[in-house]
Order: sequence, then structure tokens, then C-alpha cells
Amino acid sequence: MRTLKRREFLHAGALALGGAFLTSRLAFARTGNAKSRFVFIVMRGALDGLAAVPPYGDSDYAGLRRELALKAPGSPGGALPVNGFFGLHPSLTFLHDSYSARELVVFHAIASPYRERSHFDGQDVLENGSSKAHAVQTGWLNRALASLQSGHGQSKELGVALGQNIPLVMRGPASVTSWSPSKLAALDEDTLERITDLYAGDPLLSARLADALAADAIADSAGMPIQVVAKPMRYTEVVRAAAGFLRRDDGPQVGVFDTTGWDTHANEGSAEGQLAGRLAALDAGLRALKEELGPTWADTAVLLATEFGRTASTNGTRGTDHGTATAAFLLGGAVQGGRVLADWPGLSSRSLYQGRDLKPTTDLRSVLKGVLSEHLLVSSSALENSVFPNSADARPIKGLFRA
Amino acid sequence: MLERISPAVAANRFGLGARPGELAQIGSQPRDWLRAQLTGAPPLVTDTELRSSAETLARALAARRELRAAKRAAAAERTSQSADTTDAPNQANAIAALTKVGQIYRPVYIAEASARFRQAVTTDRPFVERLTYFWTNHFAVSIDKNVVLGLAGSLEREAIRPNVLGRFSDMLLAVERHPAMLLYLDNHVSVGPHSKAVRLLERRQNGRRRGINENLARETLELHTLGVHGGYTQADVTTFAEVITGWSLGGDVGRLPRGEPGEFLFRPELHEPGAKVVLGKRYADTGYTQGVAVLRDLATNTATAHFIATKLARHFIADDPPPRAVERIASAFLSSDGHLPTVYRALIETPESWAQPLSKYKTPNDYIVSTFRGLELPVDAGRSPLAPFEVMGQRMYSPGSPAGWPDRNADWDGASALIKRIEWADAVGQRVGSRCDAVALAPQLLGNNLTPATQTAIARAASSSQAITLLLSSPEFMRR
Repeated sequence: MRTLKRREFLHAGALALGGAFLTSRLAFARTGNAKSRFVFIVMRGALDGLAAVPPYGDSDYAGLRRELALKAPGSPGGALPVNGFFGLHPSLTFLHDSYSARELVVFHAIASPYRERSHFDGQDVLENGSSKAHAVQTGWLNRALASLQSGHGQSKELGVALGQNIPLVMRGPASVTSWSPSKLAALDEDTLERITDLYAGDPLLSARLADALAADAIADSAGMPIQVVAKPMRYTEVVRAAAGFLRRDDGPQVGVFDTTGWDTHANEGSAEGQLAGRLAALDAGLRALKEELGPTWADTAVLLATEFGRTASTNGTRGTDHGTATAAFLLGGAVQGGRVLADWPGLSSRSLYQGRDLKPTTDLRSVLKGVLSEHLLVSSSALENSVFPNSADARPIKGLFRA
Repeated sequence: MLERISPAVAANRFGLGARPGELAQIGSQPRDWLRAQLTGAPPLVTDTELRSSAETLARALAARRELRAAKRAAAAERTSQSADTTDAPNQANAIAALTKVGQIYRPVYIAEASARFRQAVTTDRPFVERLTYFWTNHFAVSIDKNVVLGLAGSLEREAIRPNVLGRFSDMLLAVERHPAMLLYLDNHVSVGPHSKAVRLLERRQNGRRRGINENLARETLELHTLGVHGGYTQADVTTFAEVITGWSLGGDVGRLPRGEPGEFLFRPELHEPGAKVVLGKRYADTGYTQGVAVLRDLATNTATAHFIATKLARHFIADDPPPRAVERIASAFLSSDGHLPTVYRALIETPESWAQPLSKYKTPNDYIVSTFRGLELPVDAGRSPLAPFEVMGQRMYSPGSPAGWPDRNADWDGASALIKRIEWADAVGQRVGSRCDAVALAPQLLGNNLTPATQTAIARAASSSQAITLLLSSPEFMRR
């Protein structure tokens, strides 16, 4: 197994050196971005990037990960082959198919600007788009949608959050809606009207009620079951609901939901076990998302990101503790994929961040900027001023999308 | 600032929602009503069906032992079976044993959650009850980890309730020793790298490394005491984790059976030896009491006082708590060395706590409990007493992380959540309709917060069911 030298970029596919040229071509090719669809999936709990995308080609990897280390492709329970240095966790079969179909870009050694190890602050930074927790009370994605709304004079809601409440990344000046299936019989019209009147003097409640009814109207006409019996909303239901919204020509263009359970402090497992099971469920959900979106997949990008990664070596309870850099995934029919984008710092004890974590060499905001500008046509001035203020160091990654 | 001190605020913001007649009972001195609840022993849950955490864990351990034995018998059976035998009693036993293990925790959870719900609805010390839930949420565990299903309720009953009118340092120690917390945050198997056990293991199992697990130490600093900005470093986390190695449980732990199953046990062979420096202070290695000493200092740290004062102010006053109020509460904490009734009295005295209109959006928990109290509904002894919490997305003891349920309006006031709440209110209205008189109830539950608009809407409802629905859907009832 060879060791990846520092500064070695991008296997299996070339990042266009003429990035600027590519961008201007895209701007002409898409007269509007009305067809683009974007799904942002927040993985809460600090996903172990070194397990999801094992760098088996790094000579320090196996020694650090011991019984948790994944074997090279070819062995039973080994990683799925990607580019000879990185693999994918064996549970991630759909992601592997997507990679082969050039619909997946894998990012590694990537992190937000946050450098502590608190889940809650880390997620706050992941969602607020600044470099400090609680610096702002709104999310980067909402601010991006706000710039699109004002730019095109639109008032319709461009975004939907799937779940009962709106996560920080979608909160802000742009109106978005939240949706999850209801298990109760629908209200009669008369009662609903009276409640609407009752809320006339309450700005929050009247706005929320209006949103909820609009979202239900979309859900209803998409043929999604509004009354679901007895179970809490499961991941596959969330995925189907997201697809239902985004398939529509006149519905929201952006959907957000989250997944949890990534905080594998104990008995993480390797090819099988706790994390393997969760990755398999995630992977199956993404496959279902593609199927449900049908032809819309060709215009879709899905980004999966987590607040930070986990320790390079295992802890005392066959798991990993909070770390720093991790992996992220961008997939979809619109994506120019089949590549790993990583400025790999290595895993030797000198290369580790604070002697314990994978060192971050790419700022996640560079990916976010690339996605927002090329896929949703958010202007670069909006990106630098309102969406990601004070982020000049995070230069946008270009060329992530097909022409 | 002269805030009107309103009984409706006492009952709905400090309490769990007014019951009919409660506002009259509170009378003209709402602060006295609150202070009176702080005297005497803390309210305990006296349901005789509830078992101690030790008992639940002992049952689970016994069941697992049975399962292991059954599996061994089944495996032996398979190897000695001839091809045409279909009778496999040991395999059937193994399946039965597996099922039995899986069924131990769920009935415990349902019993505990139902008892807690019943207490919330019927208590006449709702301020203390609300404070109990505050602390349970502060020291949160979550049932998405299976063992917590069996222990969340007993954690609240055994570690939180007895201390809610006592000292914070006593509550902190009780919680960090409790099996629920040790298991939830994996401390029971955290081993000092230079401990006796590791040295022994390394001799026997060449190369297999065990070590510390930082989870409990980190969350104790970040979530239970100092707060994330409390001034601790990564080194403090690691060192504190070493201090509490050995804080474990009795019963089988790998090769180390000893002690009472399911009860706290300090295992010296797991403890990382040596004096430790945490937050700049040196703690001699006195085994178990090394950790007790660190916790005692954390409990009275200035950062802890501020962190907790901020959380209390956020819970009772506003999402962005007024600094003056936080200061006042923090001072009470520090000057009393964490004597909780003194802290609560500071909260009661703070004028901002009485601000109107009501501004904290009710969580689903708040909403459901206040509805049951206001309409005097029975907690269903039947099949699904906890169904409302499922429907509205706040299953008891399931915050999903040790940070507990969030406490800001924006975390709960989503559009979809609102529709669910209204639909549920409608179902409740249909169920109780003619039994309850919403026109008479509205002032009883909302007091001076009831607006003319809502009063009129209720009076003009098309049916008594609809009147209830409108009361429960009103803007005044959505907040506390």
C-alpha cells in the first residue's frame, strides 16, 4: 500500500484548472436555477470519517484503528474500492455504485472552522455558517435562500425542513416550512377557520399555521399519506417525504433533514456492528431517495455533513471519542462525481491535530460555497457577505457540477 | 419596574398549568404560594409498582446469564444433532431467553413514565415538580440507548427528586454515581491505562489495549457543571476521565464480578493511579474520594453558578435571559454554596420572572400536562397512556443526547408541530366536549392573561367540543 504524499490531490478525475471558465459556462447553460434541487442531510453526533471512508492506503491507519480497522478491498468484510488509497465502508453499497456512476464526490480531512469538541457548539457552527458557536441565530442555508428570494423577487418558500421543527441551518429571514406526517384525523374546515381568526393578532402563530396548511396541501397533492398510523417518523419516511416535495415543479427546491446516532464512543464495530448498521440504513435511504426522485435526480445534489470527526485511534471501550476532521459526501445526478477531494495530511503522530485527531485541510464552507454558487446560483457577493461572513480563507471549490 | 405579580404566571409559568380553582387558591400572594412549596420534604413518586435501578439491572443481568447458558446448550445441541431430528428444545429455550432479555426494560419504562405523567397532572406542588423536570433534563440521559429504557425513571426518582430541595453538590454526586449515568456515558468500563487491571490484561492478552473513555468526564464538565465556556481544557477532560476510572457497577463486568449487581461500585483495579491536576488544582490519589473531591469543587465553581443560573433564567424567563436576572440567581447560588431553595427563591424574587405577556412557548410536554391539568383528564391506565407524547414528538426521557431537550422557542414552534398540537386539541375537544364548560374554564386556567378575543371566540363556538378546541388552541394557552 502506498502512502499518499501531502498535497496530492484528486484521484480518478481532474478538477478543472480552468475553474473560472467552467463556472461561466454553467451560468450560461442554466438560464435559471428553477430546476435544481438540493438536499442537505445533517449527520448529528460526529460521524467517524475514518470509518466511513477508510484510508487503508495510509500506512499508519491499521495500527491506529486496531480491531476497528477495515481491511483493504478484496478481503472478506473489506472496504469497497474507490481509488486505491481510500475505500468506502462495506455498508455503503449505494454510495459505491454512485461513485462508479460518477455521481459521488467524497471529501476527506474536511471540517468546519470549529476546533473544540462539543457536539452542540459544533452543530451550531455547522449550521450557522460562521466560525463561532452562537455568533448568529440564523443558518447559512436560510441566508442563501433569502438572497435568492430577494434577487428574483420571489415570495414563495424555497425550502422545506422535514421534521417537526426547523433546524438552525434553515432558520432566518427567508420563510421556509416544516413538515412531518400527521397521525390524527384532519380538522374540520370551520374549526380551522376560527383558529385562523383567533391567531390574527399573533404574528408567530398565524405565520406558522399558514405554512403548515400550505405544506399539507403540497403533501396531499403529491399523494403522500397524511395520516400515518402510530409510529414515530422513521428515516425512510423522511426520505420519501423529501422526495415527494422536491419532485414537484412548483414545490420547494431545497430540503433539509437530519440523522442521528453517529456518536460511537463504545463498541463502534468495524465491517459489522453499531456503525456498520447505521451506515447501511443511511445508504439504503439515499438509494430510496434517488428512486423516489425519478427524473428529478438528474438535477439533484445531496450533501451529507457532520459537525466534526472522531479520534484517529480507538479509545478504551472499542470506540472513538470526539475528534476534528472527517468526511463529507456530495452526490446526485447533477454532480460531477467519481472523485475523492482530499488534501491528505497523513496519520503519523506528527500529522495528527493535537496529536489525536485527523487534521483538517479543507474548510467545509468551501464545499458549501461551491454547491450554493454553481448549483443554486447564489451570487458570490451574497456568499461572501451574508451567507458566510468573514470566510475569505475558505475559497469556493469549483467544478463540482456537470455542465 | 413594578411587575404585576399574577397568579396566572405563578400557575402557568412556574407551575405546570393551572387546574380549575388553582388561581383562586393562589390568591393575592403568588410568591408565597411558590415559597410554600419549597418547604418540607421533596415530593416523591410513591407508586408501589416501581422498582429500584439495582433491581431492574439485577433482573437484566440474570436474564442475560440465562441467555448465555441457553445459547451454549443450543450450540451443543446443534453439533450433536443428527440430520433428521427436528426437535430442538434447547434452541427453543434460547429463543425464549432472548425474548425475555428484550422484554425487561420496556414495561419498566412504561410504568415509570406513566407514574411521572400521573404525578405531573395531580400534584399540588407543581413548582417543585417543574424544577424536578428541569434537573432531570439538565442531567439528561436518553432512551435511545436501550439500557436507559429501564433506568431513566429510577435515575429521576433516586438521584434527582431527593435532592431537588437540597444542595446541588449532593445532586451532582448522586447523578454521577447512578448506574443510569454510568451506563449511558460508558464510564463503567473506562479503565486507567496504568491501572492494575490493564497491566494484568496486557500480560494475559498481548497487545489488546484498553483505556479511558472520556464521555462522562466531558459531559460532566460541559453539560452538568462548568458549561462549554467554563474554562476547562481538553487536558482537564482527559485527566478528569482518569480521576473517575473505577466509578463502575457491581455485578458482572467482563472478568471482574463483584459487588451487588446494578449498584455503584468503585473498582480500584480499574482506577488510574496517581495524583491528578484538574483546573489547576492538585488532587491526591485517594481512590474513590479523589473523584468526589473534584465534583465538590466543580459544584461550587463560579462558572457552574453562571451556567446553571443562565439555564434556569432561560427556562423561567426568556430565551435570551436578562443578564441582571442571571446575575441575581448566580449570586444566590454562590453565596449559598449551591443551596437550591435559596437559588429558587432568588428566581421567585426576580421581577423579570413575572413579566407579561407569557413569552415561553410551551414544549409538547408542557402543553400535554397543562391540558390534562386544566381539563382534569385521567391518565389512561389502558393501553397507551403515553400516546400524546409520541404523537407530539417528545417521548418521555428521549431527548436524544445528554444535553437534554432544548429550551428555546424556535426549537418547538415549527409549523408542523403546531398543526399536530391543534389536531390533538381537536381530538381532546371531541372526547370531553359536553363534560367541560370552556366558557367557565377559560378564566380559571388563564386568569388575567385571557384576552377578549379568545373569550369571545370561545363563547361563540359552534359546539362545546369546539369551544374546548379553541381554548386549547388559543395563543394564551400555547405559552407559559
